[in-house]
Amino acid sequence: MSSTTTAPATRRRRGGLNKGETGAGWLFVSPAIVIVGVFLVAPILLALWVSFTNWNGRFSPINNPRVDFVGMENYAKITTEDGLIQQLFGRSIRNNVYYVLLVVPLQTALALFLAIQVNRRMLKAKSFFRTAFYFPSVTSSIAITGVFMFLFQASGVVNAVLGWFSIHGPNWFADPSGVLHKILGWFGLSSAPAGWEKPGFLGVSTWDWLGGPSVAQCVLIIMAVFTTSGTFMLLFLAGLQNIGSEVGEAAVMDGATGWKTFWHVTLPMLKPTLFTVLTLGLIGTWQVFDQVYLTRGTPAAATLTSPAYLAYDQAFSSNRPGVAAAIAFVLFLIIIVMTLLQRFVLADRDPSGYGRDRKAKKKAKGATS
Amino acid sequence: MRQKVTAGLIATYAVLVALALVYIYPFLIAVIGSFKTDSQATNDPMSLIPSPFTAAAYERLFFDTDLPLWAMNSVFIAVVVTVARVFFDSLAGYALSRLQFAGRSVVFSLFIAVMAVPSVVLMVPRFLVIKQLGMFDTYFGMILPLLVDAAGIFIMKQFFDSIPVSIEEAARLDGAGVFRRFWSVTLPMATPALITLTILSFQGSWNEFAHFIISRQSPELHTLTTGVGALVSGQLGSGNQFPLKLAAAVLMTIPVAVLFFIFQRRIMSTSEGAEKG
Repeated sequence: MSSTTTAPATRRRRGGLNKGETGAGWLFVSPAIVIVGVFLVAPILLALWVSFTNWNGRFSPINNPRVDFVGMENYAKITTEDGLIQQLFGRSIRNNVYYVLLVVPLQTALALFLAIQVNRRMLKAKSFFRTAFYFPSVTSSIAITGVFMFLFQASGVVNAVLGWFSIHGPNWFADPSGVLHKILGWFGLSSAPAGWEKPGFLGVSTWDWLGGPSVAQCVLIIMAVFTTSGTFMLLFLAGLQNIGSEVGEAAVMDGATGWKTFWHVTLPMLKPTLFTVLTLGLIGTWQVFDQVYLTRGTPAAATLTSPAYLAYDQAFSSNRPGVAAAIAFVLFLIIIVMTLLQRFVLADRDPSGYGRDRKAKKKAKGATS
Repeated sequence: MRQKVTAGLIATYAVLVALALVYIYPFLIAVIGSFKTDSQATNDPMSLIPSPFTAAAYERLFFDTDLPLWAMNSVFIAVVVTVARVFFDSLAGYALSRLQFAGRSVVFSLFIAVMAVPSVVLMVPRFLVIKQLGMFDTYFGMILPLLVDAAGIFIMKQFFDSIPVSIEEAARLDGAGVFRRFWSVTLPMATPALITLTILSFQGSWNEFAHFIISRQSPELHTLTTGVGALVSGQLGSGNQFPLKLAAAVLMTIPVAVLFFIFQRRIMSTSEGAEKG
């Protein structure tokens, strides 16, 4: 501490306003640190410990002679050890993979489309359209799920609309069949080819892995796109307005068509926003819980589970806190890997920035050598 | 600006109006459906006129379910969380932006790192701690973990960074202490950020679901999200009583909808502010 008293006065003058700010500083951040420490950092550490034990949820998991350190056993149960838990986990991953694969591209594309449309200079009633598209993002997932369960009931609104086009809509929440299986069925392929029905990766058969999202899950997918596109539209809108219209106009002067301008000028300049939207989308879709929880009583519920819901289920209904904690950490890992992967992919496809630079340099190198 | 009506513009309007209808329709049909009888809602979900027009679903919600209690819990929790969040996030944001103290960068990095942890991943871990602390199934366990939000701290820090220090210098020369400068000088200048944070915090805590699922058990502690959630998923024997479910969805949407329409300009400011500038 003596060093701070003799510390160069210049430092204090540069940044701080007063003497003795260390005390005030820590005092100001202490409520935040206490809450974050107790309800964020401590839970992570405790859960990490629990994920390596056979704790049964009774009494304390710390300093309890009945709690044994079991190493990777819980992690093995969900990944490598054949059994019910592995199957449940595999199925939840399978469901979530299809959910991510469909929701993220759809919500991003729709949000970008909406942003470009409501950003048109000629357009009147801009704020009406923005409000309409954003409003679903404001409401609670519970209310929306309730409304969607009404819309998608067997004799509901959606099937009535489909009826206008002579399409006989499915009994959405009662239909567990995979969409791809259904399509294959139209071509007469209604059962798995030999060997494809055996338990494969994570205890789920190859045939099931390739089934596509279930009909029931399509409702959750539509709902997710419906509720998130507005938020992401606002992000894209902000990005578009940072670019300004001059750039696009310059491109048009140079003879670029609308599509070319979009593809070669607008989209590359939106890359930072695109990165944000895709990252938030990936993180969000891997966390799907509320909708799964609410539809867990429907006939097709098994095709709706997600790792987040399974972690909840294992902790609360099946009394396996260790397995639940292990699932939570695997989910965390998935989310981190996805984010990094996506950062890597986008950096490499960058037509204007770092990635292209690197490729151009490589090319130049090849040409000279 | 000349307004040329082109085929492209007409097509744009057509597409946007159609899409806007798709986005608005579910809410419209929910409001209409909530005034129908059970049988009409089930058999004739499309019709835009309830016949007979009945508020029976709302009556049932108020007198046969605990919805008033859920609403009170939701209001209580949302208000406490919002007030605390705005205060604590501002305090921390101010310290991180203005005060020179040893360990500041470490604290800031901690908050950034914490923001990266997905909330659903924390669900089970948080339950473990709440239970160990004996807070399970209490208001404390439901409220305390929500009191601080790293994203809010970040918003406030960014905003304080944009306010010039010189005004505070003057207050300091007049003898104002750190808290005085924060409370009376800088915080009032951060009103736009405070309003944004208030809206986000209220909306967030009002719509919070997963945390209340794991931190409470008693029916008396149901919030609107968990209570209506039980109703919607049919746990309360609500089966095919769609008007009841829709009415509940409508009621829980009203407060955030009102907030949204009052502060619409601010919520949309990311776009509209830039447009004017």
